[in-house]
Amino acid sequence: MHKKMMFSFPDEVLEHVFSFIQSDKDRNSVSMVCKSWYEIERWCRRKVFVGNCYSVSPRMVIRRFPEFRSIELKGKPHFADFNLVPDGWGGYVFPWIAEMAGAFPWLEEIKLKRMVVTDESLELIAKSFKNFKVLVLSSCEGFSTDGLAAIAASCKNLKELDLRDCEVDDLSGHWLSHFPDTVSLVSLNISCLGSDEVSFSALERLVGRCTNLRTLRLNRAVPLDKIANILRRAPHLVEFGTGTYAADLRPDVYSDLAGAFSSCKELKSLSGFWDLVPAYLPAIYPACSKLTSLNLSYATIQSPDLIKLLSQCPNLQRLLVLDYIEDSGLEALASTCKDLQELRVFPSDPFGAEPNVSLTERGLVAVSSGCPKLQSVLYFCRRMSNEALVTIAKNCPNFTRFRLCIIEPRTADYLTLEPLDVGFGAIVQYCKDLQRLSLSGLLTDRVFEYIGTYAKKLEMLSVAFAGDSDLGLHHVLSGCESLRKLEIRDCPFGDKALLANAAKLDTMRSLWMSSCAVSFGACKLLGQKMPRLNVEVIDERGPPDSRPESCPVDKLYIYRTVAGPRFDMPPFVWTMEDDPSLQLS
Amino acid sequence: MSKPVEHDYIGLSEQPLPSMEKRSGDTNAEKSGLRLKDTELRLGLPGSESPEREDRDQNVLSLKSFVSGAKRGFSDALDGGGKWVFAGGSGGGSEGLFSPRRGGNNNEGNDLSGSDSGLKDGVAPKPLVVQEKKSQVAAGNGNTAPASNRAQVVGWPPIRSFRKNTMASHPPKNDDNAEAKFGSGCLYVKVSMDGAPYLRKVDLKIYGGYKELSSALEKMFSCFTIGQCGSHGVSSRDGLSESRLKDLLHGSEYVLTYEDKDGDWMLVGDVPWEMFTNCCKRLRIMKSTEAIGLAPRAMEKCKNRT
Repeated sequence: MHKKMMFSFPDEVLEHVFSFIQSDKDRNSVSMVCKSWYEIERWCRRKVFVGNCYSVSPRMVIRRFPEFRSIELKGKPHFADFNLVPDGWGGYVFPWIAEMAGAFPWLEEIKLKRMVVTDESLELIAKSFKNFKVLVLSSCEGFSTDGLAAIAASCKNLKELDLRDCEVDDLSGHWLSHFPDTVSLVSLNISCLGSDEVSFSALERLVGRCTNLRTLRLNRAVPLDKIANILRRAPHLVEFGTGTYAADLRPDVYSDLAGAFSSCKELKSLSGFWDLVPAYLPAIYPACSKLTSLNLSYATIQSPDLIKLLSQCPNLQRLLVLDYIEDSGLEALASTCKDLQELRVFPSDPFGAEPNVSLTERGLVAVSSGCPKLQSVLYFCRRMSNEALVTIAKNCPNFTRFRLCIIEPRTADYLTLEPLDVGFGAIVQYCKDLQRLSLSGLLTDRVFEYIGTYAKKLEMLSVAFAGDSDLGLHHVLSGCESLRKLEIRDCPFGDKALLANAAKLDTMRSLWMSSCAVSFGACKLLGQKMPRLNVEVIDERGPPDSRPESCPVDKLYIYRTVAGPRFDMPPFVWTMEDDPSLQLS
Repeated sequence: MSKPVEHDYIGLSEQPLPSMEKRSGDTNAEKSGLRLKDTELRLGLPGSESPEREDRDQNVLSLKSFVSGAKRGFSDALDGGGKWVFAGGSGGGSEGLFSPRRGGNNNEGNDLSGSDSGLKDGVAPKPLVVQEKKSQVAAGNGNTAPASNRAQVVGWPPIRSFRKNTMASHPPKNDDNAEAKFGSGCLYVKVSMDGAPYLRKVDLKIYGGYKELSSALEKMFSCFTIGQCGSHGVSSRDGLSESRLKDLLHGSEYVLTYEDKDGDWMLVGDVPWEMFTNCCKRLRIMKSTEAIGLAPRAMEKCKNRT
């Protein structure tokens, strides 16, 4: 009788219930309950997320989820953003597109991050998926405006085209004219396109006929005096990114612009503002009271103008800004923007030896104190103290992401000259929900002990120029239960902690170690012992076996996979072989 | 199962692994469950369970107390070093914490149930891994780098190329010394080679002159076989030797050219290095046959500019 009850729900009912479950983690849990749930879930999963494109093969994904409509793939390791991953390493999307093109004509969405996307891939997408709607390319490279033209021309149902921080070979601005008259974009982000010609008339026409356009992010090449026309054609915009925000001050241009901004009653997010000229800034004031997100990280305006602007934005939740804001600006932010959840402060002069602005730990302390909802911080500065970090930690126990970059490596607490172990220790101790942490400054193994002890929800940790010995790495690998991604550079971590915690690597997405002290012998051993890891040695000095086994490898990237070793590696990447004879029986 | 099972990737252990034909699917799952545990212990305790471990002693260490999470083991080890203070520590031995095992015998005391006295070897957490960078590590407390002459480190500070390039091409106007401030940081240009399957990027600012640039490029591209081109990154491993490429570059088959700010292609080497780095937009290792006629224009352009 009990058994009968268990099977009394028809599949359709379960499917309907599952349709309310959107998050991948939850879906994965659902699929683990029992065989029948696994089966039902796999047939109704519509969105697939693959955090590492080499962890599984396209064929496996298609076989398991025969009816997905949306796929999100990530390729290169995060440190590729900082040029630590040599070009050619991998992350090619073509094999995925090719596999899906055959099996999945109804695919609607492709979202890629840090992958190599060729024009050929884009052309194949354009040709193969008749109902294609959403293309989001984040930090991708390898394609040109020719590929974009193919997408524009063929994807009649395209709704979103979002190119974020991509490297695009800008061959011609005319790809925009390839959009058919019937296209109705909801979101268009071309902010990364180069400064070559953009066809303004094509842009205006496109914006004019996309009556549902809600997000428009222009590139730097679009001059200030074109913005008004564009905005008037899209009065329902919610998110807008300007182009160059500089021009000689002309009253007619100014009033045109101000009028256009005030006619956009739904604007919530602004970005762009390259080369910003402060005189034109008040034009956006009408929109400020509704703004929740402001990205001024390319705007070289000074603190007084920023303070004036921010005082108009009481509902701001997200601010990206350069360190020109200085401590005084952050103090003003703390007093006016009580809803602030995310703050990113970028350096205006990261390579200068001396500070060029008065931005110190004080600014961050002020924001932590004044903004109770603050959750996510990225902060570049030149000095920090344990005292400040402890204060910040106590002020903001709700932090989920905390990334601090003290520009000079191994900088000590400027007050006590001690390492910053205690400060970061306080962060992990008080912020119990911390998911992401980036360390900097002078740090010993002790900080890792704190992290291993307290950071139980930590999923991603970035470490540079820190630690004294393998003990540091061991603390993290053995203590951080939720750790998924660990990236380390220039730390004295070697073989011992890595080998002792080899099993941990099976529970993580990936580990990156560069300029550390892991020997080639240890890499080989790890590769042999752990069949479900790909242990990749990246070394541009030449084959690692041309040097003694005890020699440290240059870069090491380890990730778990069910797809086995990959075969698209460039000559400077070696995957350590599995050796079944050495496995335990 | 005590260990949390991580599932942010797709694939269940019960699925057969297609690329590993050597093992059957079903037993693999079983094995891996077992294997992980064994591996963990195995790597902690060489010689105690399997014969093939004996010659791997160098790679192994007595971290059993770590693996079982026993804090006492730490304190035993570390108190002697004086660097950390743990509750309840007693003195440790004099050998390094991670001393390699000798033979297969001396870990009888480290049983798997996690005895606290697991660590026979003491103490002193000095960096046991010798490496070239030790001097950097030993920089010590309170050490701030000299104000001038900050050495450029690749990828530090961690700022994305997109942001760097954007700021570099238009340095902040409001700053008095703005002119080359951001631009002085780095200058990435793409380098393509006819026949190579993908581009590389180099930071011109890290080279002192043409000679350094040239030898860096030689190293970078020596792994390509000229003429073989995998369209999606599948490249042949039979690369050219460094010397062969040098010959090619210095000989007549290939020349190094660059595209300047005006979009013209010029031969590298004709103008002073500083001028070159200021106007070079991208590099191309070009077949000589295509490079005819480039050289003479370079100097003329120079003259016109100054």
